[in-house]
Amino acid sequence: MTVFDIAEFFGLETRAGKDHLDEEVTGGYVSDLLSDVIAHSRKGNVWMTIQTHPNIVAVATMKELAGIILTGGREPDPSTLQKAEEEGIPILVSSVFTFELAGRLYQKGIPGLSPC
Amino acid sequence: MLRTFRADLHIHSCLSPCGDDAMRPQAIVHQALAAGLDMIAICDHNSGENVAAFMSAGSENGLAVLPGMEITSKEEIHLLALFDRLEECLALQKLVYQNLPGENVEEVFGCQTVVNRRDEAVGTNQRMLIGATLLPLEQIVSLSNSLRGVTIASHIDRQAFSILGQLGFIPEGIALDGLEISRRTSREEAKQRFHSYQGFSFIRSSDAHTLGDIGKNSTRFLLEKTTLKEVQMALHQQEGRRVLE
Repeated sequence: MTVFDIAEFFGLETRAGKDHLDEEVTGGYVSDLLSDVIAHSRKGNVWMTIQTHPNIVAVATMKELAGIILTGGREPDPSTLQKAEEEGIPILVSSVFTFELAGRLYQKGIPGLSPC
Repeated sequence: MLRTFRADLHIHSCLSPCGDDAMRPQAIVHQALAAGLDMIAICDHNSGENVAAFMSAGSENGLAVLPGMEITSKEEIHLLALFDRLEECLALQKLVYQNLPGENVEEVFGCQTVVNRRDEAVGTNQRMLIGATLLPLEQIVSLSNSLRGVTIASHIDRQAFSILGQLGFIPEGIALDGLEISRRTSREEAKQRFHSYQGFSFIRSSDAHTLGDIGKNSTRFLLEKTTLKEVQMALHQQEGRRVLE
C-alpha cells in the first residue's frame, strides 16, 4: 500500500506533500514523543501522532518516513505545513482517534514493529 | 534601593540548531541594549557552550547576561535553568550531556555554532541538542536547584514542548521558581487561563531565535540589582522584590 492508497481507503485528507504520496508504506508507528519516534520508527513508516508543530516534519525527514497522520481531528500548524511542503513530507489528517485508526490500518495489513 | 529592571531571560544563540546564525554575542548584546533591556539570559537547547562568550560581551558593554540553558526533559518538556555563575551552568551541562543521546543532523535541524565574544565561529557542537535528555522533569528541577539555579517551565501557554502541553498539569510540589508565558498570550489572557497556577510567579520572555525577536516580550522586575539572586527573590516575593505586572 502506498500513502495514497491509505489516504483513499481510510478517508484521510491530505494537507501537505500531495506530490509525494506514491511511496510504499513499510509499516506504522504511533507515538507522541519525538525522541521515541527517532529511536524506533523505520524508513517508510507512516507515523500517527497528535503533535502538530514543525518539529514533526524534521523527525519524519530525518527518519525518511513515508508520511505523518494527525489523528483526532488535529490540524497542522501553518509553519508545519510550510516545512512539510519544503521537505516533501505528506501530512494527512483524520478525525478518528489514534487507537481506532491504527487498528484499522493494522487490519488492512499495515504491520507494526515487533519488539526485538 | 529597589528599582525597575527589564529582562528578557530566554534568548537562543547560534548554538541552538533552530537559532539564527546572526545570534552572536556582540549582535545580541547590542540589540538587547537598543531594545532597552537591562538583563538577558542565554538559554540554548541542552547546552551552555556559548554562555561564556555572551557573558564577556555583556560585561564589555554594560549588559547583565545570566548563564542559562533550556533543557528538554524525558517527557519533552522545555525547562529554563538560570545560574549566577558560569561554573554552575557548565556543571549542569555536564550532566545533561551524559544524558543526551544522538548526533545532530545539520541539514535537518540546523547548524550548532560555538562562538567567541567577538562573534567569530570557533567550532561546531555535534550533539543532537534539539533532542530530549533521558532525565525526568523532576530530576532536572532538583539538579538545577542543587546548583542554586532558578528553574522556570518554558512557554506554558504553548502546546509544543511545554509542561501543560506534555503533561496537562503541573505536578504537585514541584520546586519550580516560575512559569514562562510566551508572546502569543497576552497578560490578561494568561491571568485567566492560568488562574489555578497563581501560586507561581509568571515571567514573560521573547524565546528569541532571531535578532528582531529580542525584547519583543520581556519581564519587568523590581530589584536592587541585576543578579540571579535578586531575580530569585523577586520570583518568591521576598524583601520587596517582585515581578511587576
